[in-house]
Amino acid sequence: MSKMAKIKKPSLAVDLAGLQLRNPVMPASGTFGYGQEFAPYLDLEQIGAVMTKGISLRPKAGNPTPRIAETASGMLNAIGLQNVGIDLFIRDKVPYLETLTTPVIVNFFGNSLDEYIKVAKRLSELPAVDAVELNISCPNVKQGGIVFGTEPGAAAEVVSSVRRCLNKPLIVKLTPNVTDITVMARAVEDAGADVISCVNTLTGMAVDIHKRRLHLANGTGGLSGPAIKPVALRMVYQVVQAVEIPVIGIGGIMTAEDALEFLLVGAQAVQVGTANLVNPGAMADIVTGIETFCRNQGIEDINDWIGSLDQ
Amino acid sequence: MQDLKTVILHNREIAPGYFRMAILAPGYPQQALPGQFIMLRVQANSQPLLRRPFGIFKTGTLPAECSGMPEREFVELVYKVVGIGTQLMSTLQRGDEVELLGPLGQGFTLDKTATEHLLVGGGIGLVPLFMLAETLCRRGDRVRLLVGGRSRDDILAITEFERLGVETYVATDDGSLGEEGLVTAVLERKLNKYPQAAVYACGPTLMLNAVRSICHRQQVALQVSLEALMACGVGACLGCVVPGHQHSEDDPDYLCTCRQGPVFDADELKWPEGGPEGGE
Repeated sequence: MSKMAKIKKPSLAVDLAGLQLRNPVMPASGTFGYGQEFAPYLDLEQIGAVMTKGISLRPKAGNPTPRIAETASGMLNAIGLQNVGIDLFIRDKVPYLETLTTPVIVNFFGNSLDEYIKVAKRLSELPAVDAVELNISCPNVKQGGIVFGTEPGAAAEVVSSVRRCLNKPLIVKLTPNVTDITVMARAVEDAGADVISCVNTLTGMAVDIHKRRLHLANGTGGLSGPAIKPVALRMVYQVVQAVEIPVIGIGGIMTAEDALEFLLVGAQAVQVGTANLVNPGAMADIVTGIETFCRNQGIEDINDWIGSLDQ
Repeated sequence: MQDLKTVILHNREIAPGYFRMAILAPGYPQQALPGQFIMLRVQANSQPLLRRPFGIFKTGTLPAECSGMPEREFVELVYKVVGIGTQLMSTLQRGDEVELLGPLGQGFTLDKTATEHLLVGGGIGLVPLFMLAETLCRRGDRVRLLVGGRSRDDILAITEFERLGVETYVATDDGSLGEEGLVTAVLERKLNKYPQAAVYACGPTLMLNAVRSICHRQQVALQVSLEALMACGVGACLGCVVPGHQHSEDDPDYLCTCRQGPVFDADELKWPEGGPEGGE
């Protein structure tokens, strides 16, 4: 078919390890609350999936303030994974999520292998949860605080343990704060991950010269927003080359063009994070923008675009 | 709650470093409640990246620009230039495009029993008190505004409060307007005279701590409007939390300024022991 041919309605549907998404756009954990917060601004039936903030075994209060700082084309956050815990999540948040036809993905984390397994078992029992995303960017308190996601052996152990007690697609979210992200990607693939999402925030810092203090109470924080996009894009490109399983691209996506870049280098889907905070309707604009691009370019199916980099 | 792509109706400097901006905002006169806020984005690029929160000063309706055109409902902000966001805002003109998210948050709860009201504003903290004064005056209650600032240039919009029928009392650090000293000293005197009054305050943290100490000692009801660093304004980022009254380091309890506030009953919050005016 010629490029000028009119495409009535391009297909944006993608498959993520058996999970059927109407389009490849979903929120990044921690920027979308538990979903319901965005219902006044965004039709949740228009996006590919809903992603909750990270859930832990017990409620977590998070870090002291200041928790956020704006930086050049980005922001630092040190929220500290504040969440209601799995019990209140099931009691107060799941009933709303059950009403959605959009697939629901629950992000979760633990501070020990045991906590990861306990939460995974609880999530397995919930029909409203279509897939889970494992945050391994957390310190393992039992091993002196070493971050699970920065050591291939520790990452593989938590992924294989969770995989054994889980009956749903398992997405593993990788931190960019490692020397070679492909080593981590292969480790979690071998351990049984169905999908990889990358990247989480880059560790950063901001200083207030007038107060002679660090901006964040926590000292360091995670950098997100347009500032990290080139770094994220490079890492997603590398991970796509390194593994067979699907990859979700994350990092500074603000527009449809940004999302299309990640898809072009081979991401099967994308997550939108900081943009949701700037504009709660951002994902709807991105979906519409991808659709318009496909129509204008004569792309009938987004899968024809994914990974089609000319090289 | 809505996210409007809209335009500026006017934006002008009213005192050195302070600006008033009116934005075309259909629906705001009906929707916005005293003490609510908006998130404003003034450019489409990423510098600055985040919207900025502003307390709503007032809403209203301007006549149509010409016959056959609709009336223009607006929201008005009063802001101080403090950083790159407000610096950029101060350069904007009539007709420039902005994105306006709101009205957001929980505003003031109108005290049903009190008929005497003391509104305490520190500097730019006076902004969210205007619609409260409007509402209370409309009810026929007695409203007194106590306002403090560094100098006369920091005392804003007093005549507009007076036009509502509000009695105003001014204190400045340098005595260039009103009495010399702190607005909290005025509050203590007024509370001695009107011990049944309800108090509403917005201003710098030190002022709020002092107001809280005074109200706690006098056992009068106090609501405070807080300012916080905020990325989203809708309860998603959790960047704007404040310690709730049961907060401790072992058992933290945080409240979201954007969703559960920005106006809180003073008893909902954790206050520093004693405080600057404490000393009990």
